[in-house]
Amino acid sequence: MARLIVYYAHPGQRFSRANAAMAKAARSVDRITFVDLYAEYPRHDIDVDREQQRLLDHDVILFQFPLYWYSTPSLLKEWQDLVLQHGFAFGHKGDRLAGKRMMLAVTAGGADDAYTAEGYQNFPLRVFLAPLEQTARLCGMSFTAPYVLYGALGATETDEIPRHSKGFADLLTAIRDDLYDFTSADSREIVRFDDLPVLQRS
Amino acid sequence: MTDFLLIAFVFLVAGVVAVPIATRLGLGSVLGYLIAGIVISPLLTVLGVDVMAIQHLAEFGVVMMLFLVGLELEPRVLWAMRTKLLGLGGLQVAGTTAAVMGIAIALGQPWTIAVAIGFVLALSSTAIVLQTLNEKGLMRSAGGKSSFAVLLFQDIAVIPMLAFIPLLAMPELMDAAQGLASATGHGAEAALAGESHAVDAGEGGGHAGTFSLVAGLNGWQTALMTMGAIGAVILGGAYLTRPVFRFIAAAGLRELFVATALLFVIGIALLMIAVGLSPALGTFLAGVVLANSEYRHELESDIDPFRGLLLGLFFITVGAGIDFALLFDRFGVILALTLGLIGLKFGVLMLLGWLFRLPGGDRWLFSLGLAQAGEFGFVLLSFTVANRVIPQPVADQLLLIVALSMLLTPALFILHEKLVSPRFAKMQERDPDTVDETGDIIIAGHGRFGGIVNRMLRAAGYSTTVLDYNAAQLDLLRAFGFKVFYGDATRPDMLHAAGIDKARLLVVAIDGKEQINAIVHYVRKTYPHVKIVTRAVDRHHVYDLFAAGCTDIVRETFDSSVRTGRTAYEAMGMHPFEAEQLARKFAEDDRHVLQEMAEVFDPDIPTGQNLAYIEKTRTLMEERDAQIFGKSQAFDTQANHGWLPPSSRDTEAVMARHAQQAKSD
Repeated sequence: MARLIVYYAHPGQRFSRANAAMAKAARSVDRITFVDLYAEYPRHDIDVDREQQRLLDHDVILFQFPLYWYSTPSLLKEWQDLVLQHGFAFGHKGDRLAGKRMMLAVTAGGADDAYTAEGYQNFPLRVFLAPLEQTARLCGMSFTAPYVLYGALGATETDEIPRHSKGFADLLTAIRDDLYDFTSADSREIVRFDDLPVLQRS
Repeated sequence: MTDFLLIAFVFLVAGVVAVPIATRLGLGSVLGYLIAGIVISPLLTVLGVDVMAIQHLAEFGVVMMLFLVGLELEPRVLWAMRTKLLGLGGLQVAGTTAAVMGIAIALGQPWTIAVAIGFVLALSSTAIVLQTLNEKGLMRSAGGKSSFAVLLFQDIAVIPMLAFIPLLAMPELMDAAQGLASATGHGAEAALAGESHAVDAGEGGGHAGTFSLVAGLNGWQTALMTMGAIGAVILGGAYLTRPVFRFIAAAGLRELFVATALLFVIGIALLMIAVGLSPALGTFLAGVVLANSEYRHELESDIDPFRGLLLGLFFITVGAGIDFALLFDRFGVILALTLGLIGLKFGVLMLLGWLFRLPGGDRWLFSLGLAQAGEFGFVLLSFTVANRVIPQPVADQLLLIVALSMLLTPALFILHEKLVSPRFAKMQERDPDTVDETGDIIIAGHGRFGGIVNRMLRAAGYSTTVLDYNAAQLDLLRAFGFKVFYGDATRPDMLHAAGIDKARLLVVAIDGKEQINAIVHYVRKTYPHVKIVTRAVDRHHVYDLFAAGCTDIVRETFDSSVRTGRTAYEAMGMHPFEAEQLARKFAEDDRHVLQEMAEVFDPDIPTGQNLAYIEKTRTLMEERDAQIFGKSQAFDTQANHGWLPPSSRDTEAVMARHAQQAKSD
């Protein structure tokens, strides 16, 4: 059984549909840790020791957030700046996170065809996530394909959002139960709710 | 009664007229008093006033001054200056005495008289020098500190000198003194010392009303008694004063505090006289013991007016005591001797300053400042005459020399200020010894409000001076190791004692609108350079403080109320981050309204007649009502204005722009 922690970062939860549904689904999965970062640190006063201990206590670190200006919401950036300390997460003797996995669950406003060389975003989504990928690498963590919902603002509440959030719960459960096929996932660009690389229980 | 009032009136008029004029002319208060004394001296002669008797009384001002100096000096500081005290002070007294003695012998005086003259002229004027250094703010400079060390040593040295002088009595003049000495045998020395200090404390002739605890005791008993008295002052100061002052403070009467402080100083002086020690030394010691006390600033502000008045009186009597008939009779000789004395003392001091590596400007200040003879010289002179060591005619001339040199001292300080100081001004700036030692921050009020501010400032490494007048609270804080002083912060003299003139910041954390207003108005007006952070009781109080010129105004319960509102939001299930944003927005709006209202508020116009204020209130009230009673959302949150992904229309526009660019390429 993998020890999984989900860090959820969303500053405007009252106006959220996709992420709110995902968070609700994630909260229903037991034996994983779910952290609402903006609820724990509404004044951005991150408890670094506590967060580092949390990281040590888990094997898979998953960040769930809406893409803001091609990056994370500001509190999650603050979290990275403070918690991933030199000597702890990276640098000389900074190997405490080595061997762990980092994963992202991202919602993007733009449609999937926007994130192409021809689309208005000009680049594939993974290009925008490269800083986080490199962060994982520098910390000796493996970085697996993100779980993505494109066109999150236009997603329908009767179809896409429920399916995406149910897929999120399934994904979390699979990781927890060591049934998530990381080998398959690692070979993909992104993972979506309709093609989850989940192994069957033997 | 009328006589007394008349004399008091003459002295007061002289001081009140002469001192402000002298100060305005840049001569300093001491010269002002001296001139006042000279001017009224014929009048005093007509009135038949015994100037010398008054002078002895006024010498008590020196005792008070040393008490105040002691208060400023913590024991550890005193210990740190031991080298200067013994080295610099000891060499100055020994060197000057020897030099003066040599010259006196060369001028044909017998060696016994020459030694006595050396003693008399080696001493400098504690009263003039400390007063002037304080006035000019030079006490904390290297020169000021060295001067103080020498003066302190001199004040102590008077005691053995008084013991030694009778032994110099000239055979042909000393019959009476010798008889006294042999009668009391081994105790003679102590008895004489006790007697002499009665002179010191204003007993006049030195033979009447002597009160002594050591008369008739032998050597070791005297020593034991003396040690006991010093021990009593130290232990009493350390352990007894606090409960006594707390008891007095509980009565809440200001004049009782003044009375207690006076009682304290006079009591110690009496005790010291009784065991044959200098009262100045005793009160100085008591001051040092109390330097760490929380009542220090209170004592300072209570005693200070008395010290000022008595010293002023003392200087006037010095001026009035000059024997002009004798002076004009032998003007050339006396002036030459005075200038010679100043030159000699100056030379010895310059040499010592060089020896002790005083920096240039400070060496000049030190040497010019201490070049005069002092008030203890008068004491020694009357004592030497009484003991028939120095003949009366010589003593009269010496008296003139001492007085004239004191009269010239302000001129020497002016010389330093105008000629020497500018030359060394640049060096002085770099001199680390001139760094101010008092706290930069004064916190008025150390209750639940000021206490937090103090803890925060201290935690960040700032040095603070705290004033509070709740004795019980102070004891508690003392127990936790906080440095706090007893006193009513709304009193200007109290603020002054705490060093408001040198402070950078004043935090007003006391209770009560009126008290806060009083302190803010006073400091804004008198010390405009001091920044003020003040507590406000309510909204209206903010307007008052804003009108008084404060900008850093903190409402005492506002922040905690906002936090309570935010916690209530969270308790109702609101997301903590949203609660935080709403609370921030609310506080920002409220502060904005407050500032707008404060700007139209005018303390000189009744609120009911201030049209701008009424108009502003009306419009702001409407906005407020819309917020509170409106159905719409009260505040816009940042999340509404936060990042939003581009809409489909936005993306179409972007794509169109791309297409256009592609075509033009």
